[in-house]
Amino acid sequence: MSYLEYNAKTTPSGLRKILFLNWPLIVLLVSVASIGFLMLYSVAGGSFSPWVEPQIKRFFMGLVAMVAIAMVPIWFWRNMAVVAYLSSIALLLAVEFFGSVGMGAQRWIDLGFMRLQPSELTKITLVMLLAAYYDWLPRERTSRPIWVLAPIIMILVPTFMVLKQPDLGTSILLLAAGGGVMFLAGVHWAYFAAVIGAGVGLVTAVFQGRGTSWQLLKDYQYRRIDTFLDPSTDPLGAGYHITQSKIALGSGGWSGRGFMQGTQSRLNFLPEKHTDFIFTTLAEEFGFIGGVSLLAIYMLIVVFCIAAALATRDRFSSLVIMGISLTFFLFFAVNMSMVMGLAPVVGVPLPMVSYGGSVMLVLLGAFGLVQSAHVHRPR
Amino acid sequence: MRRNPKELDSTHRTLSRRALLLGGLQLAFAGGLAMRMRYLQVDQADQFLLLAEENRINIRLLPPARGQIFDRNGIALAQNSPSYRITIVPEDAGDVDKVIADLSRLIDIAPEDLERAIAEMRRSPPFLPVTLADQIDWQDISKVAVNAPALPGITPEVGLARIYPRQSDFAHVVGYVGPVSDYDLSQIEDPEPILRIPRFQIGKVGFEAKQEAELRGKAGAKRVEVNATGRVMRELDRRDGAAGADMQLTVDADLQGYVQARLGSESASAVIIDCENGDLRAISSAPSFDPNLFVRGISVADYRELTENTYRPLANKTVQGTYPPGSTFKMVVALAALEEGIIGTEETVWCPGYLEVAGRKFHCWKRGGHGNVDLNASLKQSCDVYYYDLALKVGIDKISAMAQRLGLGVRHNLPMSAVASGLTPTKEWKTRNRGEDWLIGDTANASIGQGFMLASPLQLAVMTARLATGRSVAPRLVKSIDSIEQPDGAGVPLGVNENNLRTLRRGMFSVSNERRGTGYGSRIIEETMRMAGKSGTSQVRNITAAERAAGVIRNSDLPWERRDHALFVCFAPFEKPKYAVAVVVEHGGGGSKAAAPIARDVMLQALYGGTPPLEAYPKKDRSRIRSQQERLERERPVRQLDGSDRA
Repeated sequence: MSYLEYNAKTTPSGLRKILFLNWPLIVLLVSVASIGFLMLYSVAGGSFSPWVEPQIKRFFMGLVAMVAIAMVPIWFWRNMAVVAYLSSIALLLAVEFFGSVGMGAQRWIDLGFMRLQPSELTKITLVMLLAAYYDWLPRERTSRPIWVLAPIIMILVPTFMVLKQPDLGTSILLLAAGGGVMFLAGVHWAYFAAVIGAGVGLVTAVFQGRGTSWQLLKDYQYRRIDTFLDPSTDPLGAGYHITQSKIALGSGGWSGRGFMQGTQSRLNFLPEKHTDFIFTTLAEEFGFIGGVSLLAIYMLIVVFCIAAALATRDRFSSLVIMGISLTFFLFFAVNMSMVMGLAPVVGVPLPMVSYGGSVMLVLLGAFGLVQSAHVHRPR
Repeated sequence: MRRNPKELDSTHRTLSRRALLLGGLQLAFAGGLAMRMRYLQVDQADQFLLLAEENRINIRLLPPARGQIFDRNGIALAQNSPSYRITIVPEDAGDVDKVIADLSRLIDIAPEDLERAIAEMRRSPPFLPVTLADQIDWQDISKVAVNAPALPGITPEVGLARIYPRQSDFAHVVGYVGPVSDYDLSQIEDPEPILRIPRFQIGKVGFEAKQEAELRGKAGAKRVEVNATGRVMRELDRRDGAAGADMQLTVDADLQGYVQARLGSESASAVIIDCENGDLRAISSAPSFDPNLFVRGISVADYRELTENTYRPLANKTVQGTYPPGSTFKMVVALAALEEGIIGTEETVWCPGYLEVAGRKFHCWKRGGHGNVDLNASLKQSCDVYYYDLALKVGIDKISAMAQRLGLGVRHNLPMSAVASGLTPTKEWKTRNRGEDWLIGDTANASIGQGFMLASPLQLAVMTARLATGRSVAPRLVKSIDSIEQPDGAGVPLGVNENNLRTLRRGMFSVSNERRGTGYGSRIIEETMRMAGKSGTSQVRNITAAERAAGVIRNSDLPWERRDHALFVCFAPFEKPKYAVAVVVEHGGGGSKAAAPIARDVMLQALYGGTPPLEAYPKKDRSRIRSQQERLERERPVRQLDGSDRA
């Protein structure tokens, strides 16, 4: 369905659009962000500096950006998809040449008022481009190999650039989110079955090949895998993060030690306590109840997005909303798996809660797209 | 771009279907996450909580103050005095090298201490204090304190160190403490964690070691919260320990000091026991050493000097030295014979200077013989032949049994190191230990306290006290523990005929108070304090027949280690015995010459509770005694190590 078909009369206009925003989604986002402020306050030892204050500022900047993006008709954003995608690729290249090195990886560009991580931006522009592509692509060509190859290249180009930074977490997110959008667009099952089959085969080969003449990984890489599978083999070395994280999490118990009473994070046993491992602080201080509550709010956001995607009959809107919600889901699913010892430590923040400007702004911008699609949906 | 509605519917249906499927998968995954969370936080919570506490909480032990040791009058023998040390926290110091350079301009730091400190700083995290100098005196500490602003990271700290104010006087009685060694730890089953505190001090020797359990006290503990790098964040709670028990000994520090000085540089020992209750008033072994050296860590040279000294300063000769008791044993033989009714007091024995026993001549110390000797004369002149004869009639087993009743050959239970049990041989003992039959000659040897017979000065003092009182006086060293009086050693009646004891005491009185008595030269003139004694001279070598033919070599012509031991036992006042004294001078020669004067001086000092008046001494000795008193007064070192001597 094209924007030409929109009925101007039924689509809200001007400031009236604000009334038609998806308000429950906004409430959920604000509550998640508030949980984030609370936890940052706690890990700072009961202080607004150094994390809570900038985080709140960025959140409000992000909210304003979200509403602003929501005010612009969704078809404008669809037309901007290619430009946005190419811009983010250009920024990734810029990081490659002019970027600063932080945490051992080249990830961000200093824009003066904030540090921009193009890799975060790419997560959204990739989804936009794929959604626009499948909106444009006639149905019958969706599963033809040549038309399948094109989006795969769109996904792999930024994936490899990010992987080179190196940022394994973002690469995984790009791959998974891109694959998800292709799946939603109706690409034939067989392609996915083939990819999954190849993946399983590769993993089997990696493990079967260990110790033989044709082993696929270096020895130290195998050791890293071992550490992930059994952190107790190296409790003070590579397994330290996972072990300490599980200790903090587990010691929270049913209802936690209470706000500001978490000992493990405040005594620095936890690494990266204000960024990737902030969930452990929450789980230690508010226990199982707190952890599950956050998970429930996250899932409500996903569910509201899916509902919004189903409610619109615009193909681009549906795909963009689904793609964004999937990216959002991948953020917290990978992060939680990581801190609970279900996935290797790959460096994915807890969305809207972990300290960090780029992710916050990019996600709120992305929800701006969701809102725009919601406001401007054909009725 | 326009598409037909049918196609639109179909694509939308596909998208909706797949969106719902994806949503379902996401929900399932979230469910999985929730299950995992439940597993970690609910099912495994206890285990992780434990691990978290282990992470977080460190237990730091608080060493207890060691119990102090006092003499019977409350004079401190072992106390804890503040000891100052200087520590550095590298993190606070910043430029460690500069701070140390500044500090060494103020005070002297031993190069080896500095080396050790620098090595320790490299190993430990920068926020932990490292000791730069230990046992600093007050002047140096105040210098550092005044200059504190110029010395960042440097802190003067105060701890408790063991100090022995009476220095060498009580080295053998009280012993000393030292840091726990690996060997100490290996000797203890399941050592208390407190012993693993670096530099924690435990009793190594003597009373300090024997009473370790009471003196040590109970360690306190504080629980501190630490962060991941081990830095202490705050104290959670604190349980104070209990200080060790304060001990009061029966010894009299001033008397002990006198005895120690009187023994001087001889290899000798003296024991003064209270006849009434068994209290050990002085128990001195010479030469002695300064136990404070061991607390601080003795230098190799000093230690070698102590171990290589032929006079064995480290040995506590009063309890661990055992000697043939010589003629001091004769009372035992006489008492055994009297109790058996074998002899009467009037019966005499002819002493021609020797007695032939089983074809071998046993000589009297007096070559010409004593002629007719009765019991009193046998003691007074210490006739050996009389006792050869007596012993053969009584038999060794009865003599040994009597010796044991009098406290010889039994290990007295005293909290001191290496208390020896001595030896009172029996026929059975020799068969068992030597695999030989008891010979009649062995009995003859034993009768004059030679041969297998061995006794410590402590045992001889106990024997004398028992003879003086007729009760089984037992030595007591601990007067009270934490002000709780300990049972005394007055003992019960020995069950010996009092008339027989009186006969013996009378004989001992003759020794000291009648002309030709072996102890007459060292008598006490003062009527109310006259003493009764018995000398002993015990051979440490066999006098060969050839030697005897050539004329016995005079003791003073022999090398020191082959000379006879000099012994003397006595009690006083004769009418109402208060103290019993035993003195042994190793290789000192004759008992009456070398040991008796010491015993007499010591006895007078004890009876008068201080320097006795010259009137107590025989007239012709007084000028010599006066100069001796003056000399000892001069020589006795100034004892006051600090102002808090008296508790």
